[in-house]
Amino acid sequence: MKGGASRARLAAGARWSALAVLVAAALLFPVVFPDPVLTNYGVFTLIFVTAASAWNVFSGFSGYISLGQAVFFGSGAYAVGIAARDWQVSGVAVFALLPLAALVGAAIAVPFGLVALRVRRHTFIVVTIAVFFIFQLMAFNFSFTGGSSGLPAPFLSWQAASYNNPFYYIALASAIGIIAVAWLIRRARFGLQLRAIRDDEDRARGLGVRAMRVKLAAFTVSAAATGLVGGLWFLYLTQVEPQSGFDPLFDLSIVLMAFLGGLGTIAGPVLGALIIEPGQLYLTIRFTNGYYGEILLGAIFLAVVLFMPRGIIPTAGEWIRRLTTRGRSALPVGAPQAPGPVPRGPEGPRRRPGAEDPPPEASEAPAREARQ
Amino acid sequence: MSVLLRTEGVHKSYGGVQALDACTVQIEEGEVAGLIGPNGSGKTTLFNVITGYAKADAGEVYLSGRKITNTAPDKVFALGIGRTFQLTRIFPSLTVMENMLVPCRSTRAADRKRAMEQLEFVGIAGYHAAPAGSLSYGQRKLLELAYVLVADPAIILLDEPAGGVNLSLVNNIADRIRELNAAGKTFLIVEHNMEFVMGLCDQVTVLDSGTVVAAGPPDVVRTDRRVLDAYLGEDIVDDADPGEGA
Amino acid sequence: MATQIYQAIVDGILVGGVYALMAVGLTLIFGVLDIINIAQGILVVLGAYLSYSLSVQLHIGLFLGLLITVPAMFVLGVAIQVAFIRPLRGQERTAMTLLVTYAVALIIEGVLYRVYGPDDRELSASYVTSSVHVLGFYLPYIYLLGFGLAVVLVVALYLLLYRTRFGRSVRATMQDRTAARLVGIDTSRVAALTFGVGVGVTAVGGMMFGATNGGFNPNSGYDLISRLLAIIILGGLGSIGGALVASVFMLTVVSLVDVWSPNWANAVFYAALVLVLVIRPTGFLGRQAVRAE
Repeated sequence: MKGGASRARLAAGARWSALAVLVAAALLFPVVFPDPVLTNYGVFTLIFVTAASAWNVFSGFSGYISLGQAVFFGSGAYAVGIAARDWQVSGVAVFALLPLAALVGAAIAVPFGLVALRVRRHTFIVVTIAVFFIFQLMAFNFSFTGGSSGLPAPFLSWQAASYNNPFYYIALASAIGIIAVAWLIRRARFGLQLRAIRDDEDRARGLGVRAMRVKLAAFTVSAAATGLVGGLWFLYLTQVEPQSGFDPLFDLSIVLMAFLGGLGTIAGPVLGALIIEPGQLYLTIRFTNGYYGEILLGAIFLAVVLFMPRGIIPTAGEWIRRLTTRGRSALPVGAPQAPGPVPRGPEGPRRRPGAEDPPPEASEAPAREARQ
Repeated sequence: MSVLLRTEGVHKSYGGVQALDACTVQIEEGEVAGLIGPNGSGKTTLFNVITGYAKADAGEVYLSGRKITNTAPDKVFALGIGRTFQLTRIFPSLTVMENMLVPCRSTRAADRKRAMEQLEFVGIAGYHAAPAGSLSYGQRKLLELAYVLVADPAIILLDEPAGGVNLSLVNNIADRIRELNAAGKTFLIVEHNMEFVMGLCDQVTVLDSGTVVAAGPPDVVRTDRRVLDAYLGEDIVDDADPGEGA
Repeated sequence: MATQIYQAIVDGILVGGVYALMAVGLTLIFGVLDIINIAQGILVVLGAYLSYSLSVQLHIGLFLGLLITVPAMFVLGVAIQVAFIRPLRGQERTAMTLLVTYAVALIIEGVLYRVYGPDDRELSASYVTSSVHVLGFYLPYIYLLGFGLAVVLVVALYLLLYRTRFGRSVRATMQDRTAARLVGIDTSRVAALTFGVGVGVTAVGGMMFGATNGGFNPNSGYDLISRLLAIIILGGLGSIGGALVASVFMLTVVSLVDVWSPNWANAVFYAALVLVLVIRPTGFLGRQAVRAE
């Protein structure tokens, strides 16, 4: 199988180099395009790359669709705002509050998850929506959150020309961080358990998977990352209000992004965010009326779901596979051409790959074929 | 021979249907036990109660003398009871190897090696990298058997292992069970295929309407009047030859 | 104080009836098609706008106008189901139907903004603002009519589901789609028609909402859908009777809390949902989660 092994290595090498190029390009973006208008796009896009990837870590892997990520986003924003105000933090030091935002997100996720993850999937979605509205209402009603006027962020007296850049790089770091985490999870036993839960939770439970713990852990990781970028977003926009910090469109957008790119894949949410967020920003700027923007967004949703239901990456992957396997025999990918030595199963060597059962040993009545 | 698994007076009803009625079953360590009965007699329900997928309304379940009634499925599994399902349940979007790794403690090389051995044992090792959803029905049954085995349970509950597969695969499965039994594993098998049960099992229990109507070695049970009644209905002619299977 | 409370309870029950009208369509669609129709909120608003146009432009009375809006929205519902929901397949069907219905909601909302603008509208008629005075309580006519309508509708739906052949097909599809197909039921048709019925019923809810909410605009859909979702979860997904009970219960609670603190009335809604789910994950009258997800 030398051909196959070296081909696989080549593919892996190509993937890593492509990744390195991408990261380098991202790092150099503000240098090559210093225009604040463009780096503004960069900041928002990277924030959404992080948020969509974070959503994917939980919802994509476990199959539990959450429409409540805005809870963590807004809480992170408010946490930074409240801390900055109460602890009199100003200047560059505000960035040190970002880990606090992540922590707040994680802390909220625990009770949230303990309640929400006990119910079945459909109910779970609605519970996340309900909790979202509870948080939005709390932000409106409590005084320490500034009520309906929200909170301002401490002013940063930086140069206008390069103002965006620190935000950009922090957002980039978060994005790389959560993508790395997602990758590690997928390779680890943790990721396997999550995906097993997605396929058949009860069966997974019956095989020793501690479903609640696994789901809660993923939920918390997802929340921490989302909270972090929520805090960053707040510092960037220098303000947060109940309806902007807790915005239903936020959740819909990240779900769409993950969907467009490919649910459950790692590159999927990244790709989706890279495509959609700049588009959304552009629409907001162009059509300040907002109505066309909504109609267009809805239409794009529909188009994506109807025509590319599995997302770009799985669909593209399938096309590639179809192209590269033209004319080959239909063997499962990676399977050896002949069955390996079978120490205990006497039918093994006689078994042709692809055939389900060996010919009957004794000449009894013709084998009764029972198919699915 | 000590008793490995025992249920005592288990009651379970769903709405108005009494699925299990004072069900008392006893499995000895190291034997291959069969559980038969007409459709609706409660066989799968009993499995569900034993493995924690259903809560018993009353009665107890004992494993090696220890009460395990109403224990959650993951803990039942950890205690050493493995189980397959009537309609095979595998993880379709995971590869065959990944399916095997779910019940394992880790995904390290040692576990992969053990998983591979089990796959080879049931004969589907060639598919280890294929998505489990692409397997045929018979292959899925083998996969389910394999991943139940990889966790090295003491007792294995098989729900219709021979259902819906052709003859040679049935023999294959029977051989696997014999080999594992020779290595010390206990089995409790629900089956409708009488040849399979009678040829394989040391001891057979017959359920009808949720309660045990007969228990004993296959030859004794197959000629028991109550068993025939259960399968064929009441009032059969006295000295009818029971014949092969039901 | 006591009269305030009693009035609040009465108000709650009456408003609950209105919400029941809106929630019934949603739970029916979920029960049969296994879809959470996020567009339900904006469809209610659409119904309100349709009644508004009929009333203001064509001077057709609110209740009379229903004879037009209900069939119109029924057709719309069928169209949506056939065009956007039926083609969905695959493992991620839940997420997909969610996105699709949300997309439809966005489009409808955008269109409403274009056509009607963002300002508040209101449905008015002579009987909307007057009430009958019974035992010291004020019972607005519109609410009484609405409540009566809700009861009539629920009864009609029950009759449809339990006494007609179509209803049997619907219930069969609800329980086991494959089995229903095997006995010759055209489940695609059942799905489309049921969605249509769910949306058609919403036209009535829309009219009532428009008349009783004290003003509505295209943005009203968000708050509505979240409340409706909470209601049908509480009542048990798929249970029509449950939707009625949950509506009345929840709106009564909200009404009572409103007496004490208007700010928190809304939040109580969701908090109650969370609380109930902690205790009983299938809602008041919900069936066990027997359906494989």
